[in-house]
Amino acid sequence: MVRLYEYQGKEILKKEGIPVPSGGVASSPEEVKMLAEKLGKPVVIKSQILATGRFKAGGIKFANSPQEARSLANELLDSEIKGFKVEKVRVEEQIDIVKEFYCSVIIVSSYKIKAPVLMFCTEGGVDVEEVATSHPEKVMSMSIDVLEGIKKENVQGALSKIDLDSQLVEPISDVLFRLYNVARKYDALTVEINPLVLTRDGKILAVDCRFIIDDSSTTRHPELEFEVPRDTSKPLTELDKIAWKIEENDYRGVAYFMQLASIDEIKKGGYVGFHGMGGGGAMLGADALTRHGMKIANYADSSGNPPASKVYRLAKVILSLPGIEAYVACSPNIASQEMWHTARGLVKAFREDLKDKLGFPVVVLWAGNKEHEATQILTEWCKDLPIKLEVYGRDYIYELDFIARRVRSLIDEYRKIRGEG
Amino acid sequence: MAIILDENTRVLIQGITGREGQARSRFMLEYGTKVVAGVTPGRGGTEVWHIPVYNTVKEAIENRGPIDLTVTFVPGPLVKDAVFEALNAGIEKVVMPVERVPVYDALEIIAYARRKGATIIGPGSLGLISPEKAVAGWIGGTEELAKEVFRAGPVGVLSRSGGQTTTVCWAITREGLGVSTAIHVGSEPVVGITFAEALPLFEKDNETQAVVLFGEIGGTAEEDSTELIKSGKFTKPLVAYIAGASAQSGIRYSHASAIIEGGKGDAQSKIKALSGVGVQVVSSPKDLAPTVKRILKR
Repeated sequence: MVRLYEYQGKEILKKEGIPVPSGGVASSPEEVKMLAEKLGKPVVIKSQILATGRFKAGGIKFANSPQEARSLANELLDSEIKGFKVEKVRVEEQIDIVKEFYCSVIIVSSYKIKAPVLMFCTEGGVDVEEVATSHPEKVMSMSIDVLEGIKKENVQGALSKIDLDSQLVEPISDVLFRLYNVARKYDALTVEINPLVLTRDGKILAVDCRFIIDDSSTTRHPELEFEVPRDTSKPLTELDKIAWKIEENDYRGVAYFMQLASIDEIKKGGYVGFHGMGGGGAMLGADALTRHGMKIANYADSSGNPPASKVYRLAKVILSLPGIEAYVACSPNIASQEMWHTARGLVKAFREDLKDKLGFPVVVLWAGNKEHEATQILTEWCKDLPIKLEVYGRDYIYELDFIARRVRSLIDEYRKIRGEG
Repeated sequence: MAIILDENTRVLIQGITGREGQARSRFMLEYGTKVVAGVTPGRGGTEVWHIPVYNTVKEAIENRGPIDLTVTFVPGPLVKDAVFEALNAGIEKVVMPVERVPVYDALEIIAYARRKGATIIGPGSLGLISPEKAVAGWIGGTEELAKEVFRAGPVGVLSRSGGQTTTVCWAITREGLGVSTAIHVGSEPVVGITFAEALPLFEKDNETQAVVLFGEIGGTAEEDSTELIKSGKFTKPLVAYIAGASAQSGIRYSHASAIIEGGKGDAQSKIKALSGVGVQVVSSPKDLAPTVKRILKR
């Protein structure tokens, strides 16, 4: 789930023959002014952030002159919109729109489909699934056979069956045909043009673009220069970026990290550093802590039998969240992965970062492959640390409420030690 | 009986000479799986744990006879060619314990398997196990742990989480029951066999009297399975749990498929869909095994 910025998506669309408004990307007010001069007409300045609803949030501005464009760009650049810092804006010609449409290619995992689905709707800016139910005559939807590819005449045939001006069938089929090939070529989970518009002078243009690339395909696209090729539905923190480096060069097992609260927020208290060890169980652990009123500073998961060195690096990232009041490593799983690797990774990280943390709560729950050995390694090698370490095994897999209560009371004790009780 | 895999299933291991391939083939052999051959291009003529290794799937079949199922220990970006080779050689079941398969490769594998009438398990699956008969993949990890955790019995198990597949089976064993077949369907964005496709197989299996399903947020696998129940293609008791109630929208929770998008795929809507067709949805995973026990006693 790697999202591209609108400008990146539009550059791809243009390259692949789908028309977009004239324009370019800029990162300084001066560049914005130059682009506006070059366009020689009123422009729209669009903040490049990975969030929808930019217009309502004030991230899209209209300018009648290059000077006005520069001063509006000055306001937008470096400002924060929906939690994202605006580092770039796209400057493009203002469009005289006659009609708006919607189109997309989305991979559908549902059992009857399991294919990319091409959709078109004669209305733009709408919830297309809702329109498909209430006004089926407005929506064209076809799943594409990935082995055969897309055939233009099939798209034309399908479009001529819906409520669309017959003169538009040919140019829109061309866009849709190309759109599927774009999705295929760039390994997209989603490419959505909303709206696709008809202009007063009869052109079809992609006015906006939402582009999501499959995580597992990013290595096939070095040309896209991803900073962090994984979910970017929220602004990435420095720690998110550091954590990605653990994964980037080590394909043994998985070490996943996502910061859920800002550093300032975490410092206010009540947050735990969370380390799951195996997907489904990790989710259960996070659910239990939340249920018991604790806040999770981050979501992390080491799974697929990663080596100790990888777990160690992940643990270091979690421990570097300033102000967390506990470290919870929770895997209510009979794990197939060998837990002793995890234990060795944790020992090294704890010995380095918790040697002065009197009373700091560390609660570990694990089970399965090499569970007893893992517990022995962890308790033996942490016994000279001043932390409050509690390790639980398979008998506690279904006692997550108990585990959460233990975390809670250890946090209370830790606060007393620090004079905050 | 069991579904997809039993003690007579003749198994091939592709990528048998790699780190994972070697370790997991030993586990499969020890557990009793009938592993008849391995394949690694360029390593033909060698052996791994006395299993003969061939350069191609075709050669393996020519030398060792028919093969029912292959397990692919091949890295994600390369696995498509391995699966196509197996399907072209006529193998009808493919287990893919491999993550990070490019999504269009996965779609092509699934589309090709449909044409051939073959079953794909995964990608991103730990595999499946028919306890006391055979295991394909690395579910259970070691012979010692697998023998302790898995017992043969009347409950089918389906899960999108590998660890929870094993955990649910362990809890069922603790209740004095056992499992016919347990399948980790996989955690990638698109997978071969889904809940909706596995349930009819359990319906036909005489040994299976009930199914336990461990679901999670994201996607439509749980919702899809309700269609099978509504249309009468699955009529046995089904007990389910959905993980991820605390998940924030738009953030992936471990599994590539565990993400709530645009308010869709959250735990509450899945619970509602399943309850609506009479599935017993429990509020804690702890209740899965005791609930299925209670149902079977009736």
